[in-house]
Amino acid sequence: MILLDRVTKTYNRDMGPALDRISLNVEPKEFVIVVGQSGAGKTTLLRLLTREERQTSGKIIVGGVDYDKLADKDIPLLRRKIGVVFQDFKLLPNRNVFENIAFALEIVGMGKHEIYRTVPKVLEIVNLTGKEKSMPMELSGGERQRVAIARAVVRQPKILIADEPTGNLDPKHAWDVIKVLEKINRFGTTVLLTTHNKEIVDKLKRRVVTIQDGKIIRDRANAAYKI
Amino acid sequence: MKNRLVTLIRIVRTGSVNFTRNLSLAAAAMAVMGVTLSIILFSIVAGSAFNNSITQLTNKLNVSVYLNSSVTAPQLSLFLKNLRAQPNVKKATYHSKAQDLAQAESQNAGNKTLLQGLSETSGVIPAKIVVDPLNANKIQSIKNFLDLPVNRALEDPQTPTSYSGAEKSAIDKIAHATNVIREAGVVAVIVFAIISMLIIFNTIRMAIFNRRDEISIMRLLGASTWFIRGPFVVESVIYGVISALASVFFIDILFAGSANGLQASSLGLLDIGYANQFFKSHLWILLLLQLMIGILIGAVSSVIATRRYLKFKSK
Repeated sequence: MILLDRVTKTYNRDMGPALDRISLNVEPKEFVIVVGQSGAGKTTLLRLLTREERQTSGKIIVGGVDYDKLADKDIPLLRRKIGVVFQDFKLLPNRNVFENIAFALEIVGMGKHEIYRTVPKVLEIVNLTGKEKSMPMELSGGERQRVAIARAVVRQPKILIADEPTGNLDPKHAWDVIKVLEKINRFGTTVLLTTHNKEIVDKLKRRVVTIQDGKIIRDRANAAYKI
Repeated sequence: MKNRLVTLIRIVRTGSVNFTRNLSLAAAAMAVMGVTLSIILFSIVAGSAFNNSITQLTNKLNVSVYLNSSVTAPQLSLFLKNLRAQPNVKKATYHSKAQDLAQAESQNAGNKTLLQGLSETSGVIPAKIVVDPLNANKIQSIKNFLDLPVNRALEDPQTPTSYSGAEKSAIDKIAHATNVIREAGVVAVIVFAIISMLIIFNTIRMAIFNRRDEISIMRLLGASTWFIRGPFVVESVIYGVISALASVFFIDILFAGSANGLQASSLGLLDIGYANQFFKSHLWILLLLQLMIGILIGAVSSVIATRRYLKFKSK
């Protein structure tokens, strides 16, 4: 599903690479947790996958799409196939919960009636039924993050990338978010999660990839948090 | 196809909603665009009035060649034929002594002293050929022809051809002034259009800057360039349409008010009466032109302004 082959990303030649010849293979329906200290290269890895950044060298293939052959005009099409959740939620502040989720469907040209059928189902998955008309500012951090997850999965992507989605949440809300991610993974979506939260990593017992100084130093199945 | 139509409708709707949400910013942009379009429209109408005045003036410009009394009918006929064959000659008309005298008498019917003087000097008034040029700026080519020795021999040595001296200089000055006014009009329109585009461009950039986070979120969710850019273009096109309508309304009031209120048909070369008449008779085409210019300025400015925020990283 996700294949990185000796990928290097250098922002500034004087500072050394942010990612240094990393190779990673993620199978379909896998749940992979990426851990590492701040500045280790986790976010750079995710930004390469969403094609916000371009690798300096190496090969990236996601969902069968070779990024070297990806034209700029096709980048939006790629992003529609990948759901992304951010630490700071990135909700549209002027739209309510329903509109935020519907926006992901409007982008792909889905009709109004279909949107009205689809959005409530996703709100149910993230346990936000009844909050359709709330504005983002009226929600708690955990609720906002679940809206962001609903928006990321409403198009039923094969891959969900979650960049420290629990970073701004208290333990209770953090667990709510993780449970939703697990539920989505059970439905067949490949999940790539980055986190600093040791408790979450230890409880999940999933494959853990550890990055340090731009290199993958550990890659273990059913692993615990260890840096 | 259906998806595209749905997307287009959404773009137009979002652009319209954004327009009402950003009304204060929109008001500033429309004010600037309205002034620019008014200047452009005023230049077009005033230019037409200038052209009309200049055409009337230049139509009155001609060259009078006074003939020697010894010129025979065949010589006159040949001279007229050659003169009419010149590329810049629109018309060459022969006026006999009798015709000129009769014309002078009819024009000065009330002036007994002058009439008496004319009858006493009628023998010395030479016959003449009046030459109307096609282009008043190129009278020199007619002069060159008339200065040929073979033609000089036919002209009256006592009465020089009327383009020479002060009259020639006046003709040249008017001809030069017509060109300067036309060129200045074109330059003014271009300059104001550029200024307007720059201001609209910056206004839209400001709107985009305020919504840059929103744009980056849309980008990450996979919105296409046109899905993001479209509403900005629609918003700018609305500026253009409203500004164009306002400019036509404003210029209509300006010319109609001036024509009625000034109690004068003209201000120097600018014939207000003609300008008002021109504006009324060309209202729909001018409105269409203003709409096209307004939409073009808005659309081009917004496309350029959004470009920077919609580029993908290439390295």
